[in-house]
Amino acid sequence: MADAQREDAAETDTPNANDAQEKTTNSTMVEDSSTTLLKRMEITVAEAEKRTGKKAVNMQETYTVYLIETRPSSAVNEGQSVAPDALWRRYSEFELLRNYLLVTYPFIVVPPLPEKRAEFVWHKLSADNMDPDFVERRRVGLETFLLRVASHPVMSNDKIFYHFLMQERGWKEVVYDTGFQAKADSRLRALNATFRVKNPDKRFMEMKHYSDELQSITSQLLRARARVADRLYGVYKVHGNYGRVFSEWSAIEKEMGDGLQSAGHHMDAYAASIDDILEEEEHYADQIKEYLFFAEALRAVCRKHELSQYELETASLDLTSKKLQREELATGIVRTFSFKGMTTKLFGQETADQREARLKLLEEQIVEGEETVREKTAECEEHVHSGWEDMQRFKEQKDRDLREAFINYAYMQMSMCKKGIQMWSNAKECFSKM
Amino acid sequence: MSGNVADSAVSPTTPAQTIPADLSGQMLELDEDDDLEVFSKDTTNTDGRSFSASMQTSPGSMINQYKFDEEEEEEDPGAKDLFITVDNPESHITTIETFITYRVVTKTTRSEFDSSEYEVRRRYQDFLWLRGRLEEAHPTLIVHPLPEKFVMKGMVERFNDDFIETRRRALHRFLNRIAEHPILSCNEDLKVFLSAQAWELASHKKQGPGFLSRMGETVRAVAASVRGVKNRPEEFNSIQEYVESFSQKMTSLDRITQRIVKEEREYLEEMKEYAPTYTLWSGSEEELAEPLKGVANCLDRCFQETEGQVRQLSDCLAPTLHEYVLSTDTLKAVLRRRDNMQAELEAKNEVLAAKRADRDADPRERGVVWQSLLGKNPEEARQQRQQRLAGEIDELKEEIDKLEDRVEWANNALKGDWNRWQRSMRSDLKDAFVSTAQKNVDYYEKCLSVWESFLLSMRADVGGVDQQAGGDS
Repeated sequence: MADAQREDAAETDTPNANDAQEKTTNSTMVEDSSTTLLKRMEITVAEAEKRTGKKAVNMQETYTVYLIETRPSSAVNEGQSVAPDALWRRYSEFELLRNYLLVTYPFIVVPPLPEKRAEFVWHKLSADNMDPDFVERRRVGLETFLLRVASHPVMSNDKIFYHFLMQERGWKEVVYDTGFQAKADSRLRALNATFRVKNPDKRFMEMKHYSDELQSITSQLLRARARVADRLYGVYKVHGNYGRVFSEWSAIEKEMGDGLQSAGHHMDAYAASIDDILEEEEHYADQIKEYLFFAEALRAVCRKHELSQYELETASLDLTSKKLQREELATGIVRTFSFKGMTTKLFGQETADQREARLKLLEEQIVEGEETVREKTAECEEHVHSGWEDMQRFKEQKDRDLREAFINYAYMQMSMCKKGIQMWSNAKECFSKM
Repeated sequence: MSGNVADSAVSPTTPAQTIPADLSGQMLELDEDDDLEVFSKDTTNTDGRSFSASMQTSPGSMINQYKFDEEEEEEDPGAKDLFITVDNPESHITTIETFITYRVVTKTTRSEFDSSEYEVRRRYQDFLWLRGRLEEAHPTLIVHPLPEKFVMKGMVERFNDDFIETRRRALHRFLNRIAEHPILSCNEDLKVFLSAQAWELASHKKQGPGFLSRMGETVRAVAASVRGVKNRPEEFNSIQEYVESFSQKMTSLDRITQRIVKEEREYLEEMKEYAPTYTLWSGSEEELAEPLKGVANCLDRCFQETEGQVRQLSDCLAPTLHEYVLSTDTLKAVLRRRDNMQAELEAKNEVLAAKRADRDADPRERGVVWQSLLGKNPEEARQQRQQRLAGEIDELKEEIDKLEDRVEWANNALKGDWNRWQRSMRSDLKDAFVSTAQKNVDYYEKCLSVWESFLLSMRADVGGVDQQAGGDS
């Protein structure tokens, strides 16, 4: 396992090689970039387990941990059965990782985590975090998250991420040691403040607008879908009553008895079939949900650009104002209002020394200011460049993934129709024998 | 008997169905407390199917000609000579009331009809009257049910198009079942119903046994039912039991079907909100616009197919089941009437036995003391009494003979009609369920092809990029 990083994979990974039987759709995560971690390593979130532990204040808590397994992909490709490296992580650690990535790569659209609490629930689904279906779907979501990060051209090279996958103990300390928390707090504060940007990049503004639309429309879609699922469930389940009554009725009939009895069984089967159908549809809903949360991440990138641009503009303004002050001091012509100027007028001229001192200070500040502006400009340009690049990458990924999701959805609908055809054909045959 | 009763108050909308939170594998239980009472309270409106061989009106002759064995009687379809359609509902507004009339068209080759074609307009009241007359004339034949006067739950508007159409279809079925019945189709009142003009029918309705004589019948019937029948033949016991069970099953099935219709309608309502989200989304996308519009389109088309499927349930299966629910009321009434006849006969036999006992009794024990008190010669008194008794006994015997004939004929009529009813019941319900199942198959096939063509269009775009072949089951 030690030289996993050195090994070159000649062919593309199938990230979900072990998911053949499961209904995940991680197949779209293959990136073309040749240096992503995913190329060299197979990552799965294999299991989930309940643990109990002590929280603060002597309270017991129950939580779920997820098993992350990694394997060098070359070994898999060659058919060797290598035991995977494995460690356990809980959801809060994933959150920590993501927060770190958000701060460290502000201009990357960071993949979202699966939802903390079940939303868009229809009546059958439990909103309980301990519910096995919820845990299972979360497991899939966490795996998707890891695979996306691992296949990102930039993030996949991050050391903290690598440690997250490989080193169970002490990882948290390492993360905190990066000092990202402080940066995170200050950025958060800045982002939440309202500020007006004069010249934001138009493309970013359009993206921001798009992200708002995407968020709104996907949550609307998910809500409506959940309601439809609820109703469909009702329709199928009521048919189960036919089964019961047919069975009772067949008892008092002679000629019709057999036909009724067997038709009743098909009605029961029909009623039961909706469970699997809707469970599969949940995976589709999860795919849409991922992009609902992606929309938020996209929006964050645009906001950060705004902040960055704002800081640049502020620094420029500041510099301009200082230069103006210098000019005034040098020439004696007051064009700008300043308290110093006012008090000078009121209380008399300052001495030449004082003026000299002030000029010197201003010069220093101007030099600093110019440096700041240079930095900020470079920063901004870089951010615009990389942000735009990543947003393009994101767009392509989104188009691929969602197209795939809609195709999946069509297959699901077709599967449901085929089941329906089969069951009602059988029922019809039984009825004909009545 | 006004048929124009204002609609009774509509019951409040169904309380929320009891859907338990965790239903894995279980089915939705029907809320048994639901007020699903949709029966008209008019007890003469009981229904059934009739199916018997040809009969004439005199009981005596009928027994010889009546075939009541269990074998299939194949009615020659080519012999059908009475064709009736009910269509063209029209609204009539007068100062007093508003009502609907239906056009009844009759084509026949029967000789008892003066003409071979008739076209008249009839309102629901008229149908009620006709059915009442048929039941009066043939108390132990099973007459097909009429749709109810009004429905408590669901439809409010008496003049709602769906309601009128459902009623029209039921009225059409009613007349056709009567026309197919060998005895009922020969009924005089039916002939008048089919051929008379409105005023002729009105005046004809006024004739017939008066109110008082009908009262008399009712009193006798009540008395008889109070008395109760002592020796009901076993076959009628088993029919009774069957009818009880069958009634429950039909009621359940009717209720289940209504419930499915309701759930499907709510499903459609939610779909109306769901499908447009894809269209809305496509407005924000470039590459994804086509797939999104495609999905929206599929959902819309499936929506339309679902509407059709719901219609099949509510227009075909539900009314058929409902008719059979109403039918069991008729069956119960018919059995009751037969019982009453038998009870009357039993009562008369008891009286006869008493009188005979009286006649054969020791004169000293009876009335002689009384007679001598009145100053009559005991021997004379005894002879007078014997004569009187003999006369009464003879009279009674005659009545009993007639009654016995009547009861025997009624029993045979019922048995024959019962077989007929069973056969049509099997055939009707089988057809209804088969066609429902077929419609469901068609529905799913249409939806399947909708999604298949979407997939084809998607593949055509990308040229074969298809990674999820595992979706096929």
